[in-house]
Order: sequence, then structure tokens, then C-alpha cells
Amino acid sequence: MWAEVSSASSARSPLAQHFDDLEQQFEASTLGMWVFLITEVMFFGGLFASYALYRSLYPEGFAVASRRLDYLLGAFNTAVLICSSLTMALAVRSAQLGQGRALRLFLGLTMALGLVFLGVKVVEYSHKFHEHLVPGPSFRFEGPEARAAELFFSFYFAMTGLHALHMVVGIGVLAVLWILAWRGRFSPQYYTPVEVAGLYWHFVDIVWIYLFPLLYLISRA
Amino acid sequence: MSTPAIESPRVNYLNVSYGVRSWLLTTDHKRIALLYLLSVTLFFFLGGFFAVLIRLELMTPPGDLVQSETYNRLFTMHGVIMIFFFLIPAIPAVLGNFLVPLMIGARDLAFPRLNLLSWYIYTLGGLFTLAAAILGGVDTGWTFYTPYSSTYSNSNVMLTAVGIFITGFSSILTGLNFLVTIHKMRAPGMTWFRLPLFIWAHYATSLIMILGTPVVAIAILLVGLERLFHIGIFDPRLGGDPLLFQHLFWFYSHPAVYIMILPAMGVINELITCFARRRIFGYHFIAFSSIAIATLGFLVWGHHMFTSGQSVYAGMVFSALTMLVAIPSAVKVFNWTATLYKGSVSYQAPMLYALGFIGLFTIGGLTGIFLATLAVDVHVHDTYFVVAHFHYIMVGGTIMAYLGGLHYWWPKMTGKIYPEGWARFAALVIFVGFNLTFFPQFVLGYLGMPRRYHVYPEEFQVLNVMSSAGASILGVGYLIPMIYFIWSLRYGPRAPENPWGAKGLEWLVPSPPPPHNFDVTPVVTGEPYEYTPRSEEAHVG
Repeated sequence: MWAEVSSASSARSPLAQHFDDLEQQFEASTLGMWVFLITEVMFFGGLFASYALYRSLYPEGFAVASRRLDYLLGAFNTAVLICSSLTMALAVRSAQLGQGRALRLFLGLTMALGLVFLGVKVVEYSHKFHEHLVPGPSFRFEGPEARAAELFFSFYFAMTGLHALHMVVGIGVLAVLWILAWRGRFSPQYYTPVEVAGLYWHFVDIVWIYLFPLLYLISRA
Repeated sequence: MSTPAIESPRVNYLNVSYGVRSWLLTTDHKRIALLYLLSVTLFFFLGGFFAVLIRLELMTPPGDLVQSETYNRLFTMHGVIMIFFFLIPAIPAVLGNFLVPLMIGARDLAFPRLNLLSWYIYTLGGLFTLAAAILGGVDTGWTFYTPYSSTYSNSNVMLTAVGIFITGFSSILTGLNFLVTIHKMRAPGMTWFRLPLFIWAHYATSLIMILGTPVVAIAILLVGLERLFHIGIFDPRLGGDPLLFQHLFWFYSHPAVYIMILPAMGVINELITCFARRRIFGYHFIAFSSIAIATLGFLVWGHHMFTSGQSVYAGMVFSALTMLVAIPSAVKVFNWTATLYKGSVSYQAPMLYALGFIGLFTIGGLTGIFLATLAVDVHVHDTYFVVAHFHYIMVGGTIMAYLGGLHYWWPKMTGKIYPEGWARFAALVIFVGFNLTFFPQFVLGYLGMPRRYHVYPEEFQVLNVMSSAGASILGVGYLIPMIYFIWSLRYGPRAPENPWGAKGLEWLVPSPPPPHNFDVTPVVTGEPYEYTPRSEEAHVG
């Protein structure tokens, strides 16, 4: 949605011709993002529901497998993402106030924190790979819960992978916004793309807030 | 009746620019609707081609035209193409795309580029599925039940699944666009209860599109992961649960039935009121029945799994909830009938389709209640009774309404009048052909002929031959409009702005509409469907 609006703004006025005024455009764009986020909730919801089913079928297996995750790295990443939500909110605030330099700073910080998160994720994935915990023919897990553990790791990779994909998209979006901000496209009258991207970024963070306890902490209650 | 100046061609959305680029890069919702029209028509005839082969094979009891492996691929490709690439996009992406902004007095959909993107995504998904068809097809049935689809099938499951996965996003984008447009872009005075019921129907449809489609996407994703990495999410040998797939699949695919039928019902409201010259009876009830169908539609998926080993109590709940869907559906049918009562009914081609819809949808709906009844379902599940039931809804319902709508708005979309005599003839051929094709299948199913088999006992032959004969009539019926529509583009008389004397903002603009629909944003002051009986009209256009 943000691309829609920002590219329509490439002429002098940021107002796309099929809208009456900037306010209508702002409301339409934010509603569009909210609707998209509802779709996303259902998208992740399918995975969460499947996870819930198997966790209730194999509670011990999931607990044993969960212990193989590094909860310290997970907690660190949770903190990183919460900080990134703060910087994103500050970026939106700067855009509203028309503070271009602060906007670029906070967008940059948000991207940096997103990259830190992905970097930690890469470290975690490579550990799992070396420990033969990637589901498939090379999966190795000692003990009677091997099958349930493989299911657990299937969901671990599917859910965190999908989440990481959303992070990558989010960082790409912020990079485009940074360039637009650098060209001075935003003003207190028109900061719709920043606001809309902010909604998306917070959503991706919230997904992680659910993923972290469901995947890392189930055996540590 | 004002007709625009004939000698200096007015600028409209068709002649404003020419060339392939101006179409492939357009963000005009009307042009995108025509792009979709072209694509879904192609897929319709491709899906029809598979149906022809199926009906040819079923002319005789033994399997003589094709082997069972080929037959499995035929009915799968027929189902996949017709459902995902024709029925789901047909009315929303063609008629809805064209009409939603026009009907609410907007210059375009809220996100024109996303709208174009949705067509490209649809096309990309279509190409994957076409590639799968050319490389030998897929044999799992359109339902892709696991573990057959995830573990055992050697056909092009992944390619087709990727195609459907991709196409789903086009549906999401269309739904998102409609929701935002209907919320935020209505003309001044166009309050929620002055909206044409076509818009209410598309609003309800959009809700299903954005809530349901992502769930089937995740189901397909999991099947894909299972096939690629040989993990056991749905494989009982590896601890997985194949029923979970059915739950995820039908959580979308049952509401998807309402993605097909709700827009069709929206079309019928417009046709019935126009050709009966009557206000709609029970506007609010029809509007909210669309929302009720969309809501209840999400609570009934388990009726596809009565015999799959789901818990008996779940089955009972799903059975009861399914029966509830009959209430809003019946509200609509009764209200249409009440609208017709004492109306000045005229039988132009669109109205023939609308009347056909009401009859066929009623049969389809009532047989749905048979199937919702647990005990009866055990007898007729997976038989031709089910096949006949859903074809009455999808073909007798959706395609009738789609064709009716296409005829009704053809003058608006193209600026040309189609030949009315041929159109009425085709409507009758389709109605007769349809019933001859599918009514015998109710009987076949009740007698116990299972679906998805190409070999059957001798005693079923008469009914099968009837069905195949009907299918050939139906096929001819679909070709006739195809021919005269194309003919009318070149030779049809020029259409005035309101050939039917219909109400609604789309009839206030010239045919075809100008590029940005309304030169001056209209102000709405009254209810929709302010028709007066024909006798009171001073002059009928």
C-alpha cells in the first residue's frame, strides 16, 4: 500500500488523482494496511493452529525439542525487536513533526536492529544445521520423542522462517522510505507511507512476541 | 434520452490510448476488468475442454476412451481450473472490478496499482497451473487430500499447488481493494444503506477473500514443505495428522463457495429490480443476509468431513450450523420472489438468466440441506449427488448470474448492444442443457454411483448418456454468447448511456464510461432501486 501512495507522489503533489484529498488518501492507505494485517493474522494463524494441535498431541516431545533451542539468543532477539518498535514509533513521530534528519536516523536505527535480529537468526539456524536438527533425511534426534521433535522443528523453521521473510520485506520497505525521506518527500501534511510501514513493522514484532514463548520457553514454565 | 454527439468520438476508457503497453500497464479498474474478462474466459473454455473429455468417457460403462490415471487428471484439472481460475475470480474480478467504483461514485478503486498487480499475480499462477497441465496434469482431485498429495502422488502436485498459492494472493488483493474502496471512497450522500446490494454482496465476498485465502495458502505451504523435505506434518506414519489438512483446506474452501455465490446473488438483485421495475423487497434483510452468509460460511467447514473420522459431536455441530446457512439464503430467494410480485416483468436475456438462477440455486441449496443432514450424507457422500449439488450452485448459480450480469452490463462495458434474440435463445439453450446434464446426476448419485470413477455398471448408462447429451447442449449454449459478444464489438449498434432504463450511478455516465468515470463527483440523494412500474413511466428508453 505504501508503494502505491509513494509512487503516486512522484509528481509535484503526493495526492493520487482518484482521491479527493490527502486525508481520504491517508485513511484509505491505513485501512488498507489494517486489512492486510488481518490477512496476515489468518496466514500465521493457520501455522499457529497447526502448532497448537501437535503440541497438544505430543506435549513431551515438543518440550524436549524446545530445550534444544537457545533461549538466551531468543530473549536477546526479543529485546532487539522491542527496541526496533520503539525506534519505528519515533520515526513516525519525526515524520509527523517534519523532522527529516531525525526521521532518517530512526529509520536507519530500525533497519539496523532488524538486521541484528536476522543476523542472530542466521547464527541460530546454522547451529541447528550443524546439530542435524533441520527436518528431513539428515534429521538426528536421540530418544523416543524423535518424531515429535522433528514435527517441532518443522514448525520452528516454518514459523520463524516465515517471520524472518517478513522482516526482510520490512527492511526493504524501510530502505525505500529512507531514500524517499532523504529526497524530502515527507512533510507533516504527508507522511502516509511512514505511518503505514510502521503498522506493518509493529505487526511483525508482535508475531515474534508470540513466537518466542511458544517455541523457546515451553519447557521452562 | 440524451445520446452523446456521434460524429466527434467522446473520450472514453477504451479510446483514450491505444497499444499493448496502454493495456498491460493500465491502472484503470475498467481496463483491468477487461483483462480479467479475457483471462477467465480462456480458463473457462480450458476447464470446459476437460469436462468434455470427462463426459465423453462416461458415455459408456467401460473405460474405453482414457485409462484411470488419465481420468484422474482430467477431473482434477477440470476442478482446479474451474474453481481457482474461473469461478472465484469471475464475478468479483470482472464485473466487480468494473462496477464497484462506478456504483459508489468513485473515480477508481483505492489502490489501482495493486489492482493491476492482482491481475499479474493471477496470470502468473495461471501459467504455473497451465505448465502443470501441459507436463501431464495432476491427479489428486482439486482437494489435494493428504497424505496422497503430500507423499504418494507422482503427478505435478507442486507445480499446481504453487499456481494456486500464487493465485490466492490476487484474490486477497482484490478483496482488500474492495473493502477499502467501499469504506472510504463512496460519493457524498452514498450512505451504507443507499449502496446497491451488488456492493453489499461484494463487501461480504471481500471479507471471505481476506480471511479465508491466507489459510489455504498456509495449508498448501505445509504440503509443499512436506513434499520437499519429506517431513511428516500430514503423514500419519511420521506422527502427522492428515485430518488437519482437511480442516485447513476446507476452512478456506468451503467459504470459497460463498466467494463464488455471493457476488452472483449481488448481480441478481440488480437484474431482478431492473426487469421487474420494482424496488427491492427487504433491502436491509438482503444486505445483512450477505454478511450472515459470509459469517456462517466460516463455521461450517466440517460438513465436508462427516465421513473422514472427525468426532461425532463435531459432526452434529457442523450439521446444525450448516442448516443455519439456509436461512439467509432463503431470505434472499424469498425477497427476490417478493420483488417480482406485481412487478412489470420483462423477459430480456439478463432476466432469463436471473430467473434461471433463482430456480437452479433453489434446487442446489435445498439439496445442500440433504447433504448437511448427517444420516443422509453417509448415504450420498462422494457420489454423483454431491457432484450434481455443487454444479447446481456453481454452474446453475454462479455462471448463470455471471452471464446475466455480463449481458446486462455489456452495453456499459463495451458501448455496444448485443443481439437480443440470440441472447434469449442462448439463455434457454443453457438452461435446458444445464438441467439435462446435472439433474440425472442427482439420480445417479442417489442410486449409488460414486464420483471420480471412469468405469461404472451397465444400469447407469442411460442416465450418463443423458448427462453427456446435456453437456453437449450446454457447451453449444456457452459458445453462442462467445460468438455474438465478439460480433457485437464490431457490428453491434451503439449503446446509449442507459439502455435498460436502469437505476444506479453506473447508468448516469456515458457508455463506455470516460477514463475517470465521473467528470463531476455525483451527489446521492435517494435510495437505490427507485423504479416505478412500467405503466407509470412516461417514456421507456
